[in-house]
Amino acid sequence: MTLVNLLAVMFVILILGVWEAGVHLFSVPVFILPPPSDILTIAIVRAGFILPHAMVTFTEILMGIGLSVCTAIPLAIVMFARPALEKAFAPFLVASQAIPVFALAPLLVVWLGYGMASKVFMAWIIIFFPICISLLEGFKSCDPEFRVLFRLMGASFFKTLTLLYWPWALPRFFAGLKVGVTVATIGAVIGEWVGAQQGLGFLMIQSNARLQVDLVFAAILWLTAMGLFMWWMVGVLEKKVIKWK
Amino acid sequence: MLQVSSVTKSFKDQKIFSNLDIRVDQGRFHVMVGPSGCGKSTLFDGLTGVIPLDRGEIFWNHELLSNLGSHAAYMQQKDLLLPWFSLLDNALLPARTSGQDMKKAGSHAHRLFERLGLKGYESHYAKEVSGGMRQRCALVRTLMFNRDLILLDEPLSALDTITRKSLQSLLLLLQTEFKKTILMITHDIEEALLLADEIYLFSPRPMSISRQFILDSPKPRKFNDPALLAIKAEVLDILEQDGGA
Repeated sequence: MTLVNLLAVMFVILILGVWEAGVHLFSVPVFILPPPSDILTIAIVRAGFILPHAMVTFTEILMGIGLSVCTAIPLAIVMFARPALEKAFAPFLVASQAIPVFALAPLLVVWLGYGMASKVFMAWIIIFFPICISLLEGFKSCDPEFRVLFRLMGASFFKTLTLLYWPWALPRFFAGLKVGVTVATIGAVIGEWVGAQQGLGFLMIQSNARLQVDLVFAAILWLTAMGLFMWWMVGVLEKKVIKWK
Repeated sequence: MLQVSSVTKSFKDQKIFSNLDIRVDQGRFHVMVGPSGCGKSTLFDGLTGVIPLDRGEIFWNHELLSNLGSHAAYMQQKDLLLPWFSLLDNALLPARTSGQDMKKAGSHAHRLFERLGLKGYESHYAKEVSGGMRQRCALVRTLMFNRDLILLDEPLSALDTITRKSLQSLLLLLQTEFKKTILMITHDIEEALLLADEIYLFSPRPMSISRQFILDSPKPRKFNDPALLAIKAEVLDILEQDGGA
């Protein structure tokens, strides 16, 4: 373990230690702020209860990521190939991020129902933007001298895209994907808060209403672990794909 | 034969060159020397169509062309090797982008790798080899354009003296073995004297040909030739008056 990693672990232990000690020292009621040891115990002991909810949220997020990747890549290519279209689409893209997800959530539940579709769509709204914009900026960052080289080789746009622009933009694409997967949980959970029958967001709302704050925190812990896992997976995928770095 | 007549280029109010005439006969090696920033690379950009020329005519083998983009191979100071491809794949890029028979191109590239001292390095990546080898690979890629006219824009200027000397003999091969017609930019007067059949000495902006030297001595040349030393002294003298190479 490197010194930096060791410092990070020590910092987390310090925070948790202060939290644990503070709760016991000031006798904070469990329904206000449970100690980390209680949260961890609940997260493990009640894993069998939490897991089905986690799987629903995880599936919604994965579908949101898949949908985002499948739509962000073609749109980034189209906007790069036709800058006029970038100008046309830009206001809509920015608007999709400027409107609070909370404001859209009730509408999406009305339009798409209480099932997974509305949550997947919420996740898509949040993830799509960083992936699309990162990829577009990656394409644009290509060294002009390489562009000239490909032009002089008589390469078509498609050949230049596959041989030059796409590999060039891959590091930016993965940077966008990393941002996307870490914020993806927000979309899915907000969707579940507004209207759902399953999922970690649903579990949080239900537990909160029953003052089971330790279960709320356990759900947050699972959600955090899910985000970290996806972030790590993207990192692994990035290393597999970008071998030349 | 390359015939460039009355080419003119200005940026806003600044005239870069005006009514410039250059003629390179088939199989000849012409070198352009001039002060930094006089407009030599701009001339190449104009000839290849990277930037539009204001005026002038370009003939290649008596055919009037708008630019030499699809008739000349262009090698620049940077090797411009793509880090995600092996050296062989980099060399094969002109074949891949122009839809050539890849099997035929592959065996041609292998022969060139052997001839230019790169045999055994086909599967290496650019970051794994020296600057000299990278430039050799760029030279192979230039030859893989399969074009009779080659434009070289300071191809060896980023290399150390020893590597540069060894690559100068390879540049000579372009003319002697591969029968190419070559127009090269260099700041190295000795390099020009060793390689050129004719040297154009350019003035500062607006760039014009201030002197033309025809070198008849056989190649490969030794630099202790009194005739070459005399030309070098004259070139240096003119450049010093113009403000340096």
